[in-house]
Amino acid sequence: MVITLLAVTTLTFFLMRAIPGDPLSSLARVLPEQIRANYYAKYGLDQPLFTQYLMYMKSLLRGDLGESLVNPGRSVTATILETSPISAQVGGIALLVGLVIGIALGVIAALYKNRWPDVLVMFVAIIGVTVPVFVLASLMQYYFSVRLRWLPTSGWGEAKHMIIPVIVLSFGTIATYARYIKSSMLEVLSQDYILTAEAKGLSTGQVIRRHVLRNSLLPAITILAGRIVGIFTGAFVIERMFSIPGIGFYYVSSINNKDYSMIMGTTVFYAALFVIMQLIVDIVYTVVDPRIRLQNKD
Amino acid sequence: MTQADEHLLEVEHLRVSFHTYAGEVKAVRDVSFFLDEGETLAFVGESGCGKSVTSKALMRLLKPPVARIDEGSRISFCGEDVLRMDKKRLRALRGAEISMIFQDPMTSLNPTMTCGKQIMETLMLHRGMDKAAARKEAIRMLETVRIPDAEKRVDQYPHQMSGGMRQRVMIAIALACNPKILIADEPTTALDVTIQAQILELLQNLREELHTAVILVTHDLGVVANFADRIQVMYAGQIVERGTVREIFREAKHPYTWALLRSVPKLAKETKQELYTLKGTPPDLILPLAHCPFAARCEYCMPICRERMPEETSLSGTHGVCCHLQHPMAPKVEGFTTMQGGSAGG
Repeated sequence: MVITLLAVTTLTFFLMRAIPGDPLSSLARVLPEQIRANYYAKYGLDQPLFTQYLMYMKSLLRGDLGESLVNPGRSVTATILETSPISAQVGGIALLVGLVIGIALGVIAALYKNRWPDVLVMFVAIIGVTVPVFVLASLMQYYFSVRLRWLPTSGWGEAKHMIIPVIVLSFGTIATYARYIKSSMLEVLSQDYILTAEAKGLSTGQVIRRHVLRNSLLPAITILAGRIVGIFTGAFVIERMFSIPGIGFYYVSSINNKDYSMIMGTTVFYAALFVIMQLIVDIVYTVVDPRIRLQNKD
Repeated sequence: MTQADEHLLEVEHLRVSFHTYAGEVKAVRDVSFFLDEGETLAFVGESGCGKSVTSKALMRLLKPPVARIDEGSRISFCGEDVLRMDKKRLRALRGAEISMIFQDPMTSLNPTMTCGKQIMETLMLHRGMDKAAARKEAIRMLETVRIPDAEKRVDQYPHQMSGGMRQRVMIAIALACNPKILIADEPTTALDVTIQAQILELLQNLREELHTAVILVTHDLGVVANFADRIQVMYAGQIVERGTVREIFREAKHPYTWALLRSVPKLAKETKQELYTLKGTPPDLILPLAHCPFAARCEYCMPICRERMPEETSLSGTHGVCCHLQHPMAPKVEGFTTMQGGSAGG
């Protein structure tokens, strides 16, 4: 975990500096030489690159992410703390909606294999996988906001602002899960223990609830980590398109502004979040699958 | 029609077909038999002869629309027509009155449910027990199938047990509701030989204790010898010979039965002797069969065998055989019995 984080941090640091230009070059005004030099000295930008790296890592270990280079006086940590709950709210709801609908659709597709509900679900799933979020987002903005005028195109603050972003964000999860659950359920349905369950005299509903669902949901937990990342990366685009003041919004603008400390801060945050999510998924896995849990004990 | 001499289970003209892309596979072709209370009947035959399909058809466990039990078939259990039962009645039958254990105990148990829960499930469903009572009964069942440390084992998952143990758990599930019929579909095929003997002995003891009728499906005549009361030998979806264990082992009349008997490995004096193998493969069940299905592989095949299906000839009240060799005009051939071949049957 620590090694992953270190690698991500190091790589981002040097890659970011490899981009031509610096925070000042994105400003429209041409600054006098003296001011420029003062600025560099203040943030240590006049030091050799490797020294800068060591300085950054030192403060990072202290938990200090520094302050924004573009908006002086604004600490990176404060920005993350302020904006991430908004992203978490949108992403969390989208993930939840995606999981519930995706799993439900997958179950339906498996139970009605090769009949129209299955065909319909798979059609939706393929669209969900192939159509990029920004296309879907623009289409939805156009129809529901511009044409039908049901929902606002963008903005933040009210529940109605969240509807389109959540739908768009959850679409990928719905698609992935519908396909995944379908195939894993079909596999479980063909297992011998399902025949055993039927031979016990259980009804179809009981067989599915007690024997099929749990066993087909297990492998689906693995792809949860990937979906969480999908939600995040989707959020970069979505938050900008819908002007949602989330962390993805600031992340993208920090890159445009070459706001070094903001880029570093948000990247470290994302990396840490992802690693933690993966850890949680692994832990969840051992809780729900007795085969993994007990191997450690024996 | 409850008569005094009625059989526990009676199957008449059972036909099962599978509808596949390649065509209609007639897996079971006109099979009739009966089973009485407490007796053991063995279905013997090689892979694909329809023995497993027949046993699954008894509980209607075959999946429509691919598998279909054809019109004119009749399965009567205690005078009730199984094929006409509605879903609810069928569910009440399965697991409570007729239950089944399968070939591979490694895959027949739900890997994410404790063994105890899988036994309790049947008890709560059919005997209306609450959790505590079912748990107690599940422990008792585990003891019944001779699993040591039942108190501890009840909370274990299948992967923590050996194959033999898992098959014992399967037997516990099957016998939990004290069914009238236990169908054992190749119960020992996937197990080590030593474990096989233990499981068979267990089944035999339990059958006597609980007075359960057993249908044993196997390809191994050696397994059947000490276990069954009656045997029916199946080939290409038909019963080619039926009889008591003694009749099949000592007085077999069908060339296919002879071939099966010769294929049983035995500890005889002439150990150098190579084990007999029957050449060829069974007929393709997609094709219609107008003649004896065994004709192509039969050492004693006569012209008539390739033209007409043999009728069953009754040799005694229990012994019947479908073979043209039984015709008075057919040549007399010396068959194979365990009398001359050794002591496989005992």
